Amino acid sequence: MTAVFWICALLSVAGAFGMVFSRKAVHSALWLALTMVNLAVLYVSQQAEFLGIVQVVVYTGAVMMLFLFVLMIVGVDSSDSLVETIRGHRGASIAAVSALLVLVVTMVSQGMQTMAINRDPVGLARANSDEGGNVQGIAKLLFGRYVFAFEVTSALLITAVLGAMVLAHRDRIRALPGQEELSRQRLMNPATAAGLPAPGVYARHNAVDTPALLPDGSVAENSLPGALQLRGVAHDVREEVAVTRAAELAADPTQAQEDES
Amino acid sequence: MNPSAYLALAAVLFCLGATGVLLRRNAIVMFMSVELMLNAANLALVTASRMHGNLDGQVFAFFSMVVAAAEVVVGLAIIVQIFRSRRSASIDDASLLKF
Repeated sequence: MTAVFWICALLSVAGAFGMVFSRKAVHSALWLALTMVNLAVLYVSQQAEFLGIVQVVVYTGAVMMLFLFVLMIVGVDSSDSLVETIRGHRGASIAAVSALLVLVVTMVSQGMQTMAINRDPVGLARANSDEGGNVQGIAKLLFGRYVFAFEVTSALLITAVLGAMVLAHRDRIRALPGQEELSRQRLMNPATAAGLPAPGVYARHNAVDTPALLPDGSVAENSLPGALQLRGVAHDVREEVAVTRAAELAADPTQAQEDES
Repeated sequence: MNPSAYLALAAVLFCLGATGVLLRRNAIVMFMSVELMLNAANLALVTASRMHGNLDGQVFAFFSMVVAAAEVVVGLAIIVQIFRSRRSASIDDASLLKF
């Protein structure tokens, strides 16, 4: 039991440190999952088998997945600004938390030293075996003495579900255009009636990141997928255009005069 | 392992969670720190349950897990809603009530 405690305690504190101090939010979520799994092991080692399983299922399973989903919605790279907006905020918070830690640990150690219950805790062997097991014991309490709190919990959960639905719902200002309206729009506009120019049509380079060229040799911007332009990975064709132009001129010098005119 | 070691671990985790709430500016990471503090409290409850030899502490920990789950759902929905209107998950940007 001692070995289990020390291993899980070290891992969970390491996970907590990682969560607080890692720059990216996704890394924080994964560190927190590590902490929660180790806490589940600590619950089981303290004869709370039911809570250990619930911890894994509810926290590492459901809650952390929810966190990761929201991180994906909000944007993984929404990184933290590390500029202090309030002067001395960081130092003051670390000092306050250290003081809190000292206070709580002192309180625990002072209180526990005088208690006989610390040296030999009662343990749950008897409470667990009274009803035939940990789950049965918790069920007896939950549906016996705490049944009213349990019923109130159901109201809480319903309220939370309704709240989440109301908050996550978004009213559209107008309806999304369907396939019919989109194609009608495309055909009504003379610039796009024949479709957009296809990318990648070029003698020396054939890929979707290569823009098509217009008859006068300039780049047709709308032949590239918008995502590639946003990421700035579109292929620069100026070099190829220059090479081809030079070859054409070498083959037929009269063309240069045509270009001039 | 005697219970005071578990309680000390709970205190350390709680303080680390408090550090996260105070230092981080990303709303989601702050929320995770709050979850860590709740978990630390649960560990203390389970430890108390073992010390005293009855299961009430575990039932309390169970209830606090339920409340934490409900809180996460609503909190994350609010964060998503704020992100939609402001394109930012940083708490420094939600400052309309400041002045």
